[in-house]
Amino acid sequence: MSSNLLSSENSIPWIRIVLGLIVACILPFFISNYHVFQASMVLSYAIALVGMNILIGYSGQISLGHGAFMAIGAYTSAILMDKMNIPYWMTIPIAAIICLVVGFLFGLPALRLEGHYLALATFALAVALPQLLKFKHLEFLTGGVQGIVIMKPDPPWESLFGLKLNSDRWLYFFTLAVTLLMFVIGWNLIRGRVGRALIAIRDQPIAAASMGINTPMYKSLAFGVSAMFTGVAGALSAILVAFVAPDSFTVFLSITLLVGMVIGGVTSLTGALYGAIFIQFIPNIADQISKAAPWAIYGTMLILFMYLMPTGIAGAIRLLGEKLRISRF
Amino acid sequence: METFIHQVVAGIAAGGVYASLALALVMIYQSTHHINFAQGEIAMFATYMAWTLINAGVAYWLAFIFTILLSFSLGVLIQRIIIRPVENAPVLNIVVVFIGLLVILNSIAGWIFTYTIKAFPSPFPKEPPFGLYFISSHELGSICVTMMLLLLLYSFFKFTPLGLAMRAAAQNPDSSRLVGIRVGWMLALGWGLAAAIGSVAGMMIAPVVFLEPNMMSGILLYAFAAALVGGIDSPGGAVLGGFIVGILENILGAYVIGTELKLSVALVMIIVVLTIKPAGLFGKVIVSRV
Amino acid sequence: MSRMLLEVKDLFAGYGGTEVLHGLSVKIEEGSITTLLGANGAGKTTTLRALCKMIKVRGQIMFDGQAIEGKATEDIVRLGVAHVPDGRGTFGSLTTEENMQLGSYSRKDKQEVALDQEKMYSYFPRLKERRKQQAGTLSGGEQQMLAIARALMLRPRLLLLDEPSFGLAPLIVREIFDIMHAINQRDKVTILLVEQNAAMALDMAKYAYLLETGKLVLSGLSEDLKKDEAVRRSYLGH
Repeated sequence: MSSNLLSSENSIPWIRIVLGLIVACILPFFISNYHVFQASMVLSYAIALVGMNILIGYSGQISLGHGAFMAIGAYTSAILMDKMNIPYWMTIPIAAIICLVVGFLFGLPALRLEGHYLALATFALAVALPQLLKFKHLEFLTGGVQGIVIMKPDPPWESLFGLKLNSDRWLYFFTLAVTLLMFVIGWNLIRGRVGRALIAIRDQPIAAASMGINTPMYKSLAFGVSAMFTGVAGALSAILVAFVAPDSFTVFLSITLLVGMVIGGVTSLTGALYGAIFIQFIPNIADQISKAAPWAIYGTMLILFMYLMPTGIAGAIRLLGEKLRISRF
Repeated sequence: METFIHQVVAGIAAGGVYASLALALVMIYQSTHHINFAQGEIAMFATYMAWTLINAGVAYWLAFIFTILLSFSLGVLIQRIIIRPVENAPVLNIVVVFIGLLVILNSIAGWIFTYTIKAFPSPFPKEPPFGLYFISSHELGSICVTMMLLLLLYSFFKFTPLGLAMRAAAQNPDSSRLVGIRVGWMLALGWGLAAAIGSVAGMMIAPVVFLEPNMMSGILLYAFAAALVGGIDSPGGAVLGGFIVGILENILGAYVIGTELKLSVALVMIIVVLTIKPAGLFGKVIVSRV
Repeated sequence: MSRMLLEVKDLFAGYGGTEVLHGLSVKIEEGSITTLLGANGAGKTTTLRALCKMIKVRGQIMFDGQAIEGKATEDIVRLGVAHVPDGRGTFGSLTTEENMQLGSYSRKDKQEVALDQEKMYSYFPRLKERRKQQAGTLSGGEQQMLAIARALMLRPRLLLLDEPSFGLAPLIVREIFDIMHAINQRDKVTILLVEQNAAMALDMAKYAYLLETGKLVLSGLSEDLKKDEAVRRSYLGH
C-alpha cells in the first residue's frame, strides 16, 4: 500500500469529475425508480467505503466492525425521525456527530495496540451489536426485533427544470449532494496535514512519534472520522430504505464493507465507488451463479484478490496506467 | 443457592469448551502471530461433518474420532493451501483472507446443510448423574471430555519430541530451522491440531446451542475474550481464561443482566482487557525494539 | 592437500535489495579450524547465514561434494552442518535440557544421542547443573555454551560459529575456546569460526580469511596472516 502523495490523485481530474456529475444528474430521469434507488444505495455505500479507506488505507488500521457504525447512524436517523419528528435532512449531521464521538471513544483503547487486536475488538463489536439492538429493555427506542419503519420523505418541489421529481429521484439528488460533500471532506482530510500525519503513522510509526505526531490521538481521530463517514452512510441508507432492523446489521454487513474496500482498492477515493458498485450489484449476479452460496463466492473473491490484486481494482488500474506510461519510453 | 451452584457448574462446562477454543486460538497465534477469525466456522463445519456421519448410522464415538481426524486434515490443508501464500503479507491482507475463509465455510455449510436448526445428539444419558441435582450428565461428560483433551495436549507438548519441536518452531522459527525442524510443516500441524480441538469443542457445545451455520460466532467471541483474559500467547492462560469467562457468563447472565445481552458482556470483557491489561493475566508484554 | 569439506565459489548474498557479499570464494579443509576475520559490517555473519541458506544466495556452495545452494536451511542442517548464530539463538522459554534435545531432533540413533548428551554435560558441567532451568535465565557465558552444546548434539561434520566470544568475560572465552579445540581434535569436527577477537582466533585456527566490505582481501595460513603488516596494525593492535 504505497502512499499516493506523488500520484495522480493529487491533481484533480476536473474533466472526469464534471463529466461524471453531468451523467449523474441526468441519470435518474432515464431509469426506473428501483434503479434510482439502487444508484442512491451505491452512493451511500461509497461514503461508507471512503470511511473505511481513511481508516484502513491511510491510517493502516483494520476494522471488522464498521457495520456497527452504519447501524448507529441508521438507528439515530430512524429514531430521530420516528420518535422526535426531526426532518430527515437534519438527522444526517446529528448522526455524523454521534458516530464521530462514539468512534473516537471506541478507538481510544483499541488503538494503542497492533493491527489484529483492533480487528478483534471491532469483530466483537459487530457480532455483539444485533443482540444489543434486540434487547428488550431498549425496545422503546429501537423497536426491538421488528425495528423501526420510517416514512419516505416527499420531494420539496413537484418538478425540477420541467422534469418530474418523485421521492426516489429527490432522495437520489439529496444523496448525491451529501456524497459530494463527504468526498470533498475526505479529499481535504487525506491531502492535508491530517492525511500526511496518518500516512506517516501508518508507514513509520516510530519515526512519526519521534517527530512529535501524537500517534494515539491521530489514530483515534482517524477511527472517529471513519466512523463518522460510515454513520452518515448508515443514516442515508435508513432514509432510502425507510426501515431499520437489527438483522440488517449483522457481522456480514461489516464483512460486506470489507469486501467492497478490498475489491475497490484500499487507498483510493475512486476505489470507494468501484467497491460500492460491486457491493450493490454483485449479490444479484452471484445469486444467479450459485443460488445457494453467494457468500462463498464473496469469500473466494476476497482470498483471490489478496493473492492476485491486493490493491483492488483501483490499484490495478493505477498500476496498469503506470506501466503504460513507462512503456511509452 | 441451588441455582447458583448449577450456574457455576454450567459455567465450568461451557468454560471447558471456551478453554479448548481459546487454546486453539493461542496455538495459532503463538506460532504465526495471526488471530484465526475462522476458528469458529472450522469448528462448526467439523460438527456438521460429525452430524452427517451420525445420521448415516455411524456410532457416536466412532463418528467422534473420525471427525477429529477429518478436522485435523482439513486444518492442515487450509494452512498449506490457503494461508501459506499470504504468510508474510501485511496484517490487513492476512485478516482479509481469514474473513474470506470464515465466509466460505459458513456459506458452504448453509448450502449443504441449510439454515434450519438441527439437533445434535449428546453421547451422555439424559438423567442427571448419580442423582445430583446441580449438574446434568452432558455437563459432566462435557467437562470430562474437554479436560481429557486439554490433558492430552499438555502431555503432547510437554513430553513428546514432536511437541517440543512445535513449541520451538512457534517461539523461534530461525533457530528451529537450525536444528533441522521443518518449520512449515510444524505450522501445518498446529493448524491441524487447532481444527481438531475446534471439532471437539463444537461437538460438545452443539447439543446445548443446537446445530446451525451461525452457532459458533457467539462462542468464538467468548473464546476471544478468554484468550485475551488469559494472555493471547499463553496456553495455560487461555485455558484459565476459558473457565473464568464461562463462569462469569453464566453468573452474570443469571443474576445481573439476563441472558439476552451475553454477547455484549463478551464485548465489554474484550474492551476492558484491551484497555487495562492487553497482555492478559499471563501473557507477555511485547516490547518492540526500535 | 587434505579433502575440502566445504567449497564456496563466487558467492553473492544480501538482504532485501542490498547485496553484502560480492563474489566470495572459500575452501574449508576437512578436520581443520578456519577463521573468518573482518571488521563490523564486513559481511562475516552474512557469510555464515548464506552458507545455511538463511538468506537468498547466488553462486555455488558444495558441502561434502554435494551442491547445497538450492537447499533449504533444515535440509542443509540435516546433512551435518551446525550453526551457532550470533545472538546465540537459544530457545529462551524452554529449559536447558529441552534446548539440547532439540539439537538432536533430526537424529534417529537414540543410543548415540544419549551418549552425546552425557558428553556435552562433561564438556559443560555448568549446563548439567542448570538443565531444568529456563534457558533465558542463564548467564551470557552459559547461553553460549548451551548454543554450542545444542549445535554439537547434531553430531555435525561442520560447525559454524558466529562470534562466540561476544560479550563474554575473558575467562569464559578461554574456556569456550579450549572446548572448541578439544571438539576439533577429539571429535574431528571441522570448524569455521567468525570472530572479532582476531588474536584468539588466529591462535586457534589453522587457516584464516580476511573479509572487507563483502570481498576477500587476504587468505592463507593463520601463522602467515599473523605476521602480515596490515593485519597486525588493523586487527591485532600492534
